[in-house]
Amino acid sequence: MAKSLQKVNCAEKSKKLVIARMNNINVIIQTCKELSFDLDFNYAKQWKSAKEGRVIVGYLPIYFPREIIHAAGGIAVGIFGGGDRKQIVKGDAYYQSYICHIPRSVIELALDKQLDHFDGFIFPSICDVIRNLSGIFKQKGIGKFVKYMDFPQNFLPEIGGVYYQQEMLHILQYMKEINGVEVTTERLNHAIQLYNRNRQLIKFMYDIRQEYPWRLSIEDVYHIIRAGTVMPVEEHNELLEQVCEHIQNDIGKPQDKVKVVVSGAFCEQPAVGLIKAIEEAGCYVVDDDYMLGSRMILGDIDDSTDKPLEAIANAYIRQSQYSSSIYDVNDPKEFRLAQIVKDRGAAGVIFASASFCDPSLLDAPIFQNAFNKMGIRYIAFQYSENINQFKVIKEQVGAFSDSIKLWEDEPAELLVQMTQ
Amino acid sequence: MSKEVQKEKSMILQKEMIEGLFNDLSTAKETGKKVCYTFVPGNLSELIRTFDMLPVYPEINALQSAMRKKSAAYIKEAERHAHSEDVCTYVKCDVGMMMKGNIGPTGQVIPEPDILLLSYTGCFTFMKWFETLKREYPNAKVIMIHTPYQENGRITPEMLEYMIEQLKVEVIPQMEAVTGIKFDEGKLKRILALSKEAEDWITKIFDTTKNKPSPIDAYFAGVYYIGPINIGFRGTQEAVEYYKELYSEIQERVRLGLGPITPEGEMKEEKYRLVVEGPPNWTNFREFWKIFYDMGAVIVASSYTKVGGVYDLGWRHDPDRPLESLAEYCMNCYTNMNIPQRIDLLSKYIRDYDADGYITNSIKSCNSFSAGQLAMMREIEDRMEVPVGFIESDLVDPRYFSYSNIKNRLESYFQMLEQRKIIHSTEKVLAHE
Repeated sequence: MAKSLQKVNCAEKSKKLVIARMNNINVIIQTCKELSFDLDFNYAKQWKSAKEGRVIVGYLPIYFPREIIHAAGGIAVGIFGGGDRKQIVKGDAYYQSYICHIPRSVIELALDKQLDHFDGFIFPSICDVIRNLSGIFKQKGIGKFVKYMDFPQNFLPEIGGVYYQQEMLHILQYMKEINGVEVTTERLNHAIQLYNRNRQLIKFMYDIRQEYPWRLSIEDVYHIIRAGTVMPVEEHNELLEQVCEHIQNDIGKPQDKVKVVVSGAFCEQPAVGLIKAIEEAGCYVVDDDYMLGSRMILGDIDDSTDKPLEAIANAYIRQSQYSSSIYDVNDPKEFRLAQIVKDRGAAGVIFASASFCDPSLLDAPIFQNAFNKMGIRYIAFQYSENINQFKVIKEQVGAFSDSIKLWEDEPAELLVQMTQ
Repeated sequence: MSKEVQKEKSMILQKEMIEGLFNDLSTAKETGKKVCYTFVPGNLSELIRTFDMLPVYPEINALQSAMRKKSAAYIKEAERHAHSEDVCTYVKCDVGMMMKGNIGPTGQVIPEPDILLLSYTGCFTFMKWFETLKREYPNAKVIMIHTPYQENGRITPEMLEYMIEQLKVEVIPQMEAVTGIKFDEGKLKRILALSKEAEDWITKIFDTTKNKPSPIDAYFAGVYYIGPINIGFRGTQEAVEYYKELYSEIQERVRLGLGPITPEGEMKEEKYRLVVEGPPNWTNFREFWKIFYDMGAVIVASSYTKVGGVYDLGWRHDPDRPLESLAEYCMNCYTNMNIPQRIDLLSKYIRDYDADGYITNSIKSCNSFSAGQLAMMREIEDRMEVPVGFIESDLVDPRYFSYSNIKNRLESYFQMLEQRKIIHSTEKVLAHE
């Protein structure tokens, strides 16, 4: 495995690519930490400059079918804002105080020329703020193309599925205009195969953590998955293989913590300190939606058809994780989340919403009213990507964890029934 | 100025139409009429009418509640049930109103919906809103029609086809199932012909602001003018008659060289002509308007009055292309246009209506409008070389209307406009010499 990874890197002749030297898990994690928050996206830029015709396409949360960019000779790179690593000077002049933080850090990155090597930008249909940010990028002429990707809210394959395929074709046309690559069925199926493997490995990591969360912290999991959004999927798969192999060993020691699921943090990302603080305060996060896009499709996409775009579209329609950005009346999200709680054996849910995040906050009453009836315990708080003072939140999470550990011998009645 | 609100014939006509609708709603369960909740942007009024349903517009109820000073209590009620302080106050006002008995603006109970018609046009929150209402009204049928955004500044054949297919396969059959009425294309065509007529009239009405003085205020009075066309009367003879009457009253004002009618009578002097972006504040609507007319400022064009359709760019409902035309209508609403399109449209207004300035009323709880407004404002300032102003308020949450802040900002803005006028006139005199 390590040899094949070295081969990839040698072929790239990219000296700064350090994955080949990852001979132990700590190096992998450290590298992922650095790559995740390299806001100059050097890794992707070096990948691009190593070969003529390569293309970088940035995409915002939540989900984007990266397979199609791979098949067109490009790399889809996640742009998840500046977090607490980017000082906002110009971005605040673009957004009123009552708008979430991610658009101001993304525009700041663009104005500071940190996205200059990107050829195109995809703005998936998450909310009105991200939608309108696509318009600002268009107005300012940032990138060779800017595409607001309108994911279908109609879930009939012959209607919404067809429209989704047309949206993907639109992007492939942009790609062709840049590098002349004509996407073939084989290339698409190969890309689907790679991303299927990627999702399988990530799922495996979560499945192991469900039973043995002490083997790898949620902070590490986060860095490992986020790093996968800025590097070629082949390399990420190699890296994940090593992580998955490692966590099958009996390592670490269990601590007296309660298992929880974190929900609502799917777009603007919490600072890593907050992700860490939740576990430090007495919880094991056994599922979350921090990097939802990398886990959006549940199970494999068919990689053997002669209509791979249709396969991608149908997978989105039929086997997506619930999301606050997907119309859910026929498949209510509160039951989907309750099922995750049950499947993971979690004792409760932490609703973490970015301040002013419409999708997350508008879903809050739906979840909370349902969970009150179901007897699923939860707490809720808000954060901003650039805030790294978590004392209050840590206390809140600590109290939540303690209340479960100290004052309730058994989980809530309904949850017991559900988990049996 | 008289302190009495002047009532013209068109105002009385509108009042009668709206009262009639709420009367019909209050007896809907007895008369067997099906009730369809839907939204103003991308409203499929013609289709609702084809199936003999009665429309309810939750955002209109919310703004009416705000004007009647009831929204604060409704919002608090919703917030007691886990609704965040930081989301759309229309949603919270509506949910709160429902929790407190669903009493509408006329004091009558608004019946529960048979259909929640989610024409998902230009506003993400609409989707969340009806997801929320579906939990409250489990027996209602939610019919979703996904309206693609004009992300590239145009409607593509694929977008059109997507919408038509949804209308054919999802919307119409489900309406047939709920109402028990078979879809009658001939009836829809007849309704669409009347829609087109009303759209012609309202375009002419908003175009009268090219006159100096402008005979109407296209924002503060404009929100009343768009009432019938946006809330279910489009496609009726009543709406056509209303707009004909309104146009004739305005033409008379033009003939007499009169300015707009305000709540305190006729505005005597038009000092500043402005274009406004963004919805108005409803909780303090009169006070808000008064700041403008006291300063002699008249709004000659606004984007808000185009949320239910941008007819001034020439598009009309077309009885010869019924479903295509419904689809195009949904996609053509203002908030479904991308940011460059919005900038172009507002610039056109400044040019066409010879505006002295441009003001953004940034609404806290409406990201569809507000996100991007600062960038738009800068671009318009550069492009059109007019002074721009920026104020903040909210739709229906009185906690976010600060009269003194807004007044201070506007007074400074008007001083800037005055100064600019003086400089311009001085330059003209010097050039002449």
